[in-house]
Order: sequence, then C-alpha cells, then structure tokens
Amino acid sequence: MRGTRARRALYWIATHALALALAAMFLAPLVFVGLTSLMTDQQALTSQLWPHSWNWDNFAEVFERSPLLRWLANTLLYAVLGTAAMLLSSIPVAYALARFRFPGRRLAFLLVITMMMLPPQVVAVPVYLIWARAGLTGTLWPLILPMLLGDAFSIFLLRQFLLTIPKEYVEAARVDGCSDLRTLIRVILPMARPAVAAVALFQFFYCWNDYYGPLLYASTNLDNWTLSLGLASFKALHSVQWNLTMAATLLVMAPVIIVFFLAQRVFIEGVTLTGVKG
Amino acid sequence: MSIRWRRREGLHALLWLSPWLAGFAVFFLYPLLATVYFSFHRYDMFTLEFIGLDNYRYLLHDPRALVAIKNTLWLVAFMVPVQLVFALGLAQLVTRLKTGAGLFRTVFYLPSLVPLVAGTVSFVFLLNPATGPLNEALRVIGVSGPDWFGDPAWSKPSLTLLGMWGIGNVMVIFLAALLDVPRHLYEAAEIDGAGAWRRFRSITLPMISPVLMFSAVTGVIYALQYFTQAMIAARVASGTTDSPGTTFVPGYPEMSTLTLPQWLFYAGFRDYSMGYACVLALVLFAASMVFTLVLLRRFRGLDEEAGVR
Repeated sequence: MRGTRARRALYWIATHALALALAAMFLAPLVFVGLTSLMTDQQALTSQLWPHSWNWDNFAEVFERSPLLRWLANTLLYAVLGTAAMLLSSIPVAYALARFRFPGRRLAFLLVITMMMLPPQVVAVPVYLIWARAGLTGTLWPLILPMLLGDAFSIFLLRQFLLTIPKEYVEAARVDGCSDLRTLIRVILPMARPAVAAVALFQFFYCWNDYYGPLLYASTNLDNWTLSLGLASFKALHSVQWNLTMAATLLVMAPVIIVFFLAQRVFIEGVTLTGVKG
Repeated sequence: MSIRWRRREGLHALLWLSPWLAGFAVFFLYPLLATVYFSFHRYDMFTLEFIGLDNYRYLLHDPRALVAIKNTLWLVAFMVPVQLVFALGLAQLVTRLKTGAGLFRTVFYLPSLVPLVAGTVSFVFLLNPATGPLNEALRVIGVSGPDWFGDPAWSKPSLTLLGMWGIGNVMVIFLAALLDVPRHLYEAAEIDGAGAWRRFRSITLPMISPVLMFSAVTGVIYALQYFTQAMIAARVASGTTDSPGTTFVPGYPEMSTLTLPQWLFYAGFRDYSMGYACVLALVLFAASMVFTLVLLRRFRGLDEEAGVR
C-alpha cells in the first residue's frame, strides 16, 4: 500500500516537473521579446538578456518611426469586413448543407472539403488576373470581397456543428409555419452560438495574421500595407535594432493575446470543433 | 414524396447555396481551368503566346524549382511528423496532470495564436547567432550554438522549432480526443496486465485514429502551402524588405528555405512568368489532391450516418 502511494507521488512530481519545464520553454520566447523591447539600442547590440534600464518610450518610438496606426487601420478594415462578409455568406450555405435534402448534397459537401484543402497558391495566377482586370490590385478588396461568396473552412465547420442540433427543432418550427430563413435566425442560430463565435474568431485571426494575401495584392502600395507586411520589413526598412523591432512585434501580438484571455473558452471549444470526427 | 415537391426542394436548396456556387465557379473551377490553359502559354500580363509544353520542359531544367520541391518535401516528411508526435506527447502529458491541467493547456496553446509574422520575427531574433538568447544559454552550458536561420543546414530545423512552438491548436484537438476515450477500456486492459505501451497501441491509437488522420492530412496540406514563415525568416535574417523595387534573393540562406509556393510567387508575381507559374501551381495541385482524396474517402462514407443523427 505504502509502495503504491510513494510511486504515485513520484509520478506526480515527474509529470508536473516535465510540464513546468515545457511551459517555461513555451513562454520563454515571449518573455525575451518583452525584455528586449525595453532595452536601449546599445544594449540590444550586446548579448545581455536583462535590460539595464527600462525604456518604455521604445513603444512611442515605434509609432513615430513607422506608420503603425495606418497599418493597424488597414488590418482592422480587412479583418472586420472580411469576417462580417464571411458570416453573412457562409451561415446560410452551411445550414442548407446540413439540413436540406436535395440531389447532389453529398457532392456539394465533398466540393466544400476540396476547396477547403486547396492551397490558395494553386489558383493564384487567374484569380490575380481577375482583380487586375477589375483594377483592384494594390488594395485589400481582393481579399475582402471573395468572403461574400462563402469561405469553405467556415462552411465546413458550421455544417458539422449544425448536424449535432436535433432535427426535431427544425421540424417543429416548420410545423409552426416558420420559413427556413426564420427557422435559421430564430431557432438554429441561438443554439449554434458557440460555433458561430468560433468561426468568426478564426476568420478574424486569419485576416489579422495573413501575410500571403496582402503581399500578393497590397505590397506595391505602401498606403494599403497591413501589420503583417509592415512588421515583415520593419527591421530593414527602418534600419533599427532588435529592441525597436521587438517592441513592434509585441505591439502586433498584444491585441491577439488580450482577445484570447477575454474569450479563452470560445477558442478552446472552437479548436476542439476543428478536430471533428465527421 | 412527389417528384414535383422534390424538384421544388432542389430549387430551394439551389437558392440557398447560390453564394457558394458562385464562389465555386469564380474562385475555384474557372481559375483551375485557366491555370491549365495558361500553363501552355507564355504570358506576362501583356502578351499571350502558345508555346506547347515548353513551360513543362523548363520545369525539369529549373534548378530553383527542383530545390523548392525538395524543400517542400522535407517539410512534409520531417516537420509534419515531428509536430504531430510532439503535439500528441503534450496532450498525453496534460491528461496525466492532476494539478493545473487547465493552466498548462492554456500555456501550450497560447503561442499558436501569435501572428505568424510576429512569431517568425521573434524566432529569428531568439535564434540569432550574435546576441540571441538561445545561443547565449547554450554557451553557458559550454555548447557553441549553430547559426540557425543563417546556416542552410539549420534553417529548416529552425523553422521546425518554430512550428513546434505553435502547435498548440493541434494539441488541444488531440487532448479532446484523448479525453473522449472511455476510461473503462484502460481499466479493463490494466486488469488484464497490459503495460503502458500496450495500452497506448491497442486502445489509445485506434480510438483517436480518425482525429489523428484528419490532423495529419491537414498538416500535410499546410506544409505544401508553407510560405509565410519561410519567407519572413529569409527576409529578416538577410535584412531585406517587401517594398516595391527591392531585390531579394529568395530562400536565404542558399535557397534552403525556398518552398514551392514561394518559387511560384516569385515566378508569377515578381518575374511575371505567369505561364510557368501555372505549371508550378499544377504540381502543387497534384500533390495536394493526393492528400485531399484521402480525406474525401473518409467523409464520403460517414456523411449519411451523420445526416440522420
């Protein structure tokens, strides 16, 4: 009896020690970014890890040296409009795929998966030409407007979730004479709130983090740069040291991390949803 | 159910699906066909000239394309398995924690939210050979660290480290799958005298295999389109910018981080060899379809059951 208790205690210590060590490794990069962002330029040239003095005005200097607010405004425009457009177009499609019976519904679903899995670079040339002909290259519109026509990943995720809502709710609403649109808005959407919140957050973060899209369409026009484009060139373009680069990096990370702590549950539930069993 | 009624339902569904159908036609079907068409042409946005299979022949003699394909395969063969095994190990560890499991889960998940560009810029700093904290720490224990993002032999392993740091979302998926495995299976196996490894192989793996498979396929697809981290690492480590008119040698150092999507991007949108870029796009398409088919086969079978649930 005592033997198993000692073994259990040892097991507890071993697993928790390992977890603590790993947690330290996961957090270390963020800690070093934070420490470096507060150093002087001179110290950033050395390998000392702890700031001699705490230079909070590094953050102010980032704003002075680069059009960070402009990049932020462009990023917000892309993320907010992109997410709103995606929700508007994808929710009805996901609902139809989950609940309507019609010939070809299975094929439609398989095509959604195929689109979801298609690397965006595969169709990049013809799609770019469409936007060039429309005169919209150099702006972020080629990234926002397609969201009005649905996003495969969001449709997929929403459909998987909507399938878990018992059919009886839809049938009951139908018996009561509710139209499909009304059923979706009044009955289904309130129950699907976690999934809608999850896809909205994922889409917002996708836009916020996107580098490939803005690089393809907006890199030639400095007025339409996003945070990703700006940060990617920050160190070379403004010929600055690591301290200011890390301050800029931290400023780009901060909103994301704050949103995460405010909506942690939505994230974890949403990610779990993406591991769907089918 | 009368035929007439079914037809009405069909039209009704068509109406609901119409935004997506338009998206499918404009941003999937048409561009795919156009990509095939352009691949037989020389095209620079001004003149279009039919050149038969020349673009395909050029692919076989383009050293950068071959390096890019090799690098992309490296990511599929090494980075993806390392990330998956690491994520599974982390998830297993979290299931065994009696205290603070939720907190550890949050810590492991958090880096996966860090914007890719910000995370990559941070890693180039952390791993920089001159003043980077990692090599500084290695020096303390008497190891002289490599040049990480500046050394062609270490640049892809450095990207793998970055990928492991950001694997938290997959860890959360695995964790949910592990917690779904019925406890009584383990208890029964333990009574039968099955060891830890045996229990993992005979219970855990089969029970979580659908989730594992889904994550593996999506992981491979992401590796095939791997772009941002490699491009940012090369730019920041070599000190070049995204501004128009600047020259940049892709794949720094020595093309070791040049991936297929990056080379496609340079060929198509910096050199304006758009016909040739379409050939590269078709190579990427073929590779991604192989893995997409694996996924489609699974969903084809399960769809109907799920529908009646």
